[in-house]
Amino acid sequence: MIDSIRLYARYLGISLRAQMQYRASFLTAVATRLVQSAIEFLAVLALFDRFGTLRGWRIEEVALLYGIINVSFAVAEGFGRGFDTFDRMIKSGEFDRVLLRPRHTALQVAGVELQLLRLGRLLQGLIVLAWASVVLDIAWTPPRVGLLLVSVAGGTCLFIGLFVLQATLAFWTTETLEIANTVTYGGVETAQYPLAIYRPWFRSIFIYLVPLGAVSYFPAMAILGKADPLGSSALFQWLAPLIGVAFLLAALRVWGVGVRHYRSTGS
Amino acid sequence: MAIIHVENLVKTYRVAERRPGIAGALAGLVRRHYREVRALDGVSFDIAPGELVGYIGPNGAGKSTTIKVLSGILVPDAGVCTVSGRVPWRERTRHVSRIGVVFGQRTQLWWDLPVCESFDLLRDIYRVSKADHARARDELVEMLALGDLLDTPVRQLSLGQRMRGDLAAALLHAPDILFLDEPTIGLDAVSKLAVRRFVQRLNRERGVTVILTTHDMDDIETLCSRVMLINRGRLLFEGPLDVLRARVTSERWLTVRLANGRQTVEDPEAEEIRRDEQSVTLRFDPARVSTAELIGRVAARYAVRDLYVENPPIEEVIARLYGEPLP
Amino acid sequence: MTPYLAILSARFRMLLQYRAAALAGLGTQLFWGLIRVMVYEAFYRSSSAPQPMSLEDTVTYLWLTQAMLHLIPFRLDAEISAMVRDGTLVYELARPMDLYWAWYARAIAMRTAPTLLRALPMFALALPFLGMRLPPSPWSFLAFLVAIGGAVLLTSAVTTLANISLLWTLSGQGVSNMLQVAVMFLAGMYVPLPLLPDWAQVVLNVLPFRGIMDVPFRLWSGDIPPVEAPHLVVQQLAWTAAFVALGRWVLGRGTRRLVVQGG
Repeated sequence: MIDSIRLYARYLGISLRAQMQYRASFLTAVATRLVQSAIEFLAVLALFDRFGTLRGWRIEEVALLYGIINVSFAVAEGFGRGFDTFDRMIKSGEFDRVLLRPRHTALQVAGVELQLLRLGRLLQGLIVLAWASVVLDIAWTPPRVGLLLVSVAGGTCLFIGLFVLQATLAFWTTETLEIANTVTYGGVETAQYPLAIYRPWFRSIFIYLVPLGAVSYFPAMAILGKADPLGSSALFQWLAPLIGVAFLLAALRVWGVGVRHYRSTGS
Repeated sequence: MAIIHVENLVKTYRVAERRPGIAGALAGLVRRHYREVRALDGVSFDIAPGELVGYIGPNGAGKSTTIKVLSGILVPDAGVCTVSGRVPWRERTRHVSRIGVVFGQRTQLWWDLPVCESFDLLRDIYRVSKADHARARDELVEMLALGDLLDTPVRQLSLGQRMRGDLAAALLHAPDILFLDEPTIGLDAVSKLAVRRFVQRLNRERGVTVILTTHDMDDIETLCSRVMLINRGRLLFEGPLDVLRARVTSERWLTVRLANGRQTVEDPEAEEIRRDEQSVTLRFDPARVSTAELIGRVAARYAVRDLYVENPPIEEVIARLYGEPLP
Repeated sequence: MTPYLAILSARFRMLLQYRAAALAGLGTQLFWGLIRVMVYEAFYRSSSAPQPMSLEDTVTYLWLTQAMLHLIPFRLDAEISAMVRDGTLVYELARPMDLYWAWYARAIAMRTAPTLLRALPMFALALPFLGMRLPPSPWSFLAFLVAIGGAVLLTSAVTTLANISLLWTLSGQGVSNMLQVAVMFLAGMYVPLPLLPDWAQVVLNVLPFRGIMDVPFRLWSGDIPPVEAPHLVVQQLAWTAAFVALGRWVLGRGTRRLVVQGG
């Protein structure tokens, strides 16, 4: 396990150095993403300015949700880039080389590239999160901070799991399905706001199918000490982020099925 | 005791057939028609440790499929296969850490990185100790004359240099078995010699078992004591190269380019088999007329601009051997 | 006139072929539209104060932004950036054609074809099922059509200017992405512009980007009465002329620079 982490760290170091070579365009790209994310949050601010609250939710509370989900996604995007372009790896036959190396295939694919560009979204998410945590009228006890970190970690796992699932499709079809992007980006947009405001059928998608609620909304209820209109228990709220980790593990299982398929059909 | 044992390997591919036109495309959505291609049709062979075996055959004969099965990438439909006592596709990571594979057309080195960094990355991937890795690396660098290239990014290397880098990379973890898939393809003559010399040294001095697939008969002639010929998924011949050659005529082909565009070249002991605007190709038997003698005669009688001598291509050999029509 | 129309129609027909991609994107946009509509419904229910635009008009506005997403400028023409990069741009310059208008024609096609592919199915779904409303009168619809025409001309001029900027730097890609998001915001794609604070309205009125989405959409819903359409369209055209003039001037400087460089 430890040398897998060491190997991954080496992959990251390489990617980092490769990207630092193009410093000017790297900085512009980061700045661009930062501005983009900032403008997106501006929209949220503007709406709160006009309407005051969102069904009883205040802007600081929504900012907490916003921060959690965007930081999770940014970190996941940063580490999961290899899965984004996996279909290219299959087409070029590079995956054969992955199979020839004595390491877990997913680890190798994940190590392909660290997307530093995602730093822009990450920074913006962190800023919002920081602002929210300062403005919110709650006591940041160690358990609360811990839950926040675990939520972000769980969210990162969940998004990486989604990337893995999306990449796994490449084993069966050369078409990249738009639906995968819809789920990830749409999911981020959805989870920025409290799940309670959506229609029940829509909510269920993000509680049961793609459990984004488990890594943002439910733990946020515990952090905020708010009574959950959806009726979740405190125990569930504290343990919910683990669902994100479970999702990733399940996704890796599906990936394994894909690898088996590849190895028996010979691409 | 064979280090590689293969018995009755079978592998069939299903290739989707698409009918032309819109109607075909729509029909394809509803029900897919598949064509079955037998890439491996009951292949069996044994390879002893330390052998250097050539694996030849036309394109699509099943060479790559065999290599993929032996290396653990592909799972066959039926048959037995063990490499060093392991079933390749069942114990992938353990198997793969004991073999080296070089693909002639695709490098395993990281494109943007200096060669030495690729080597370091491979050390971590293969979990080789720093000491062992350093020793292997230094030896290989010396054998393959890579010293000056270590700091160069792979994308800046020539094809010959890259191939040498790939050979080193494949051997850093000291595998017992090396699979070479068309290692000399596209290389200039000097590089080809370097590669061949290296592979020979590797096999003779270190006892590395080598399986070499190639279209280049010179590779086979210089390196391989034993040759396996595969076509359409079946092993057609297996044994020393001389025996194979003796089975087919020892003929050679002479292709001549004339200076003044006159397109006939005739000789009593050579037969014209091909002619186009640029050149004429004759076939002859070196046992009856030596190459030098024939060249001398042709050059004396015609204004020759250029000429070369070659062995008949492997497809011809196979076709001749089995009475098949030429591809 | 005819060569430019020919370019436009050829590009248009070519882009219409991307039906499969259009279908895939449709799903994405329906999803986004749904999220947005639900969020705004929740916001509207949170406050009893009167709002500059009714919820129904806002919902219609939101669906229009999804349906006509491709009106947003700045999706850079990949062919043009390829041409600049490998130098085949010189062949374009050698042709007996005004380069600006040729590119402008391409831009128009690039904006209208995908928009049509996207808008028609979305209208077909959003009007009956998803809360989008029809224009209150035929005049509103007519005003909408005219304003969309003006919007297309305007956004194509902006796009062409962005494409022209590629002559200077290929890494202009990054800057144009940033600008794209900014323009999206200023056109009304993030928040329906009337819902932004009052002080912001002043700024928005001074900028041209309102004309790309906000104005036509509010004409459709009747939020802007059709009688105001003419002077708004004149504004669109004035801005278009400004962008065209700027674009032509910049292009002139740019091509001269290329020729001097031996590009």
